[in-house]
Amino acid sequence: MAESILSVEQVVRDYGEHVRTRALAGVDLGLERGELAALIGPSGSGKSTLLNIVGLLDRPTSGRVVLAGTDTSGLNDRALTELRARTLGFVFQFHHLLPAFTAVENVMLPAWADRGAPTREMRERALAILEAVGLSDRASYKTSDLSGGQQQRVAIARALAHRPALVLADEPTGNLDTASADEVFDLMRRFNAELGTTFLVVTHDPRIADRCQRVIEIVDGRISSDQRRS
Amino acid sequence: MPFQWFVALRYLRDEKGQTALILAAVSVGVSVVVFLSALINGLQSSLIDSTLGSQPHITLRSPREEPRPLVEAGDGLAIARLIQPASQRLRSIDQWPAVMARVERAGGVTAASATVTGSGVATRADARVPVVIRGVDGDRFLAIIDLRAKMTDGSFDISGGRVVIGSTLASDLGIGVGDKLRVASTEGIEDVVTVSGVFALGNEAVDKTWVVTSLRHAQSLIALPGCATTIERQVNDVFAADRIADGIFAQTGLTADSWMDLNAELLSGLSAQSSSKTMIQFFVVVTVTLGIASVLIVSVVQKSREIGILRAVGTPARRVLAVFLIQGGVLGVIGSILGSVLGVVFARLFERMTSDPNGVPRFPVQVDLALLAGSILLATGVGLIAALIPARRAARLDPSAAIRSG
Repeated sequence: MAESILSVEQVVRDYGEHVRTRALAGVDLGLERGELAALIGPSGSGKSTLLNIVGLLDRPTSGRVVLAGTDTSGLNDRALTELRARTLGFVFQFHHLLPAFTAVENVMLPAWADRGAPTREMRERALAILEAVGLSDRASYKTSDLSGGQQQRVAIARALAHRPALVLADEPTGNLDTASADEVFDLMRRFNAELGTTFLVVTHDPRIADRCQRVIEIVDGRISSDQRRS
Repeated sequence: MPFQWFVALRYLRDEKGQTALILAAVSVGVSVVVFLSALINGLQSSLIDSTLGSQPHITLRSPREEPRPLVEAGDGLAIARLIQPASQRLRSIDQWPAVMARVERAGGVTAASATVTGSGVATRADARVPVVIRGVDGDRFLAIIDLRAKMTDGSFDISGGRVVIGSTLASDLGIGVGDKLRVASTEGIEDVVTVSGVFALGNEAVDKTWVVTSLRHAQSLIALPGCATTIERQVNDVFAADRIADGIFAQTGLTADSWMDLNAELLSGLSAQSSSKTMIQFFVVVTVTLGIASVLIVSVVQKSREIGILRAVGTPARRVLAVFLIQGGVLGVIGSILGSVLGVVFARLFERMTSDPNGVPRFPVQVDLALLAGSILLATGVGLIAALIPARRAARLDPSAAIRSG
């Protein structure tokens, strides 16, 4: 049996104090090492809420999340931050790089922020992964001087630099033209195949979803279908 | 470089306009404090110097004479008394050499001198002018009031019936060095003396009336042979003079007047100046605090999405806090160093611009290194305190909300 990376058990998330809105109504979901899964669903279905909870940026109202063997329900903010830094990688829709920093500094930031001081190894690893995404010649550019596709490739490099167990991507290609979108998705597939990194990709783009091994659909806060392809 | 320093410095460098603006505000504020303090300190010490240049820090004299009843009440005897104040005559300090020795040994004393002071009239041809006859003990007296340095003509020589007189007195009588002068004391004793020098202390009351001669000569003029009417002394800490004077009074029973008692108005003026200085400093500190705080609050709002990303990718809240505290502290340190340099330059320029044609400053400024160090420390602390609210706000940002709002 494959190693479990993520296990979401009976997760409920309510918003609002007086008028309660149920964003997630009892979600069960498991991911195994090496999976590349797409999470699809209409707007307001609870995709982003689920991604935030899996990403430890939000806590469920009830239910639990076990990430890489750690039950997160009893952890305080400090422990959650540390777990996030060491086991998760994030790729956001609008790339969300820090414009004041260069590409290589952006890639180094998660490890640097976690450990406090930079090491030679951090820098070498960041340069290596930038080379892997085809941007070694842009390493010392400010990210504001890069094109949209290049920025998203830097964001993928940042998410992967510290070898996380799970990468969460929120509409990673949502803002890109088709050529750049293909390029970015191909990169994710390559890292999935070569490094065995697990991916959970929220997407609206059926072309992307069709190319994933597993497609999970969420409607009204519940998982409505979960299909695996060989 | 530690993460929080790296990010803080990069943000300061990246927002050049904002950083320059707030540095300008901090340095102008600090330079105002430095400049005003230098000016006020300079004015105060030159005022005190000129005041103390013509008077001793503490003057001891015999206690006032109190009327003494001849009959005491008691044994069923009641007395009705009509008391008139005793008339005060010139008296010697009782056993002054012993008092002198005691005063000299006391702590904080740098010089002490016995003097004889009495009134008289100086006559030259038809001019008759009231004078103060000061009999002094040469070198000891010079350590208290440095007449030798203030001679405008002749030299300080008071031996063998020679005198030095104030410059206004000299011009009133129309005399100069080498001229003779008739001096009569209120005791009715007269002598003809030779003027050996003329001094100008800058204090009109002194320059117009003083006739300074030797102790022995004055004793005979005032008919108090072997006596001293006052003991004058200098102390290390001029602002402790009133406390030391109180101590002497308690020990000896002599009337002890400090310069502070005699210049109460000057002192209240000085303290009003000092408190206005404190007020200005206070408001500058408040302004600088608000300035740094508002810039950092704006910066936290502007960067909330970036802060959210930093938190999401695993930056601990305490490092986010540190990023903004460091920015506040750095703005404080650099701003106050610039401000100190600026303030010193202003002060020196002001001093030069207001100097008289001989290059002697009319408003001497006094730049105090302790003041500069204090301003820099204070501004750094202020920067940190100002950064506290924005930094806490940044550290508490909810990363998912911050990212979504972007």
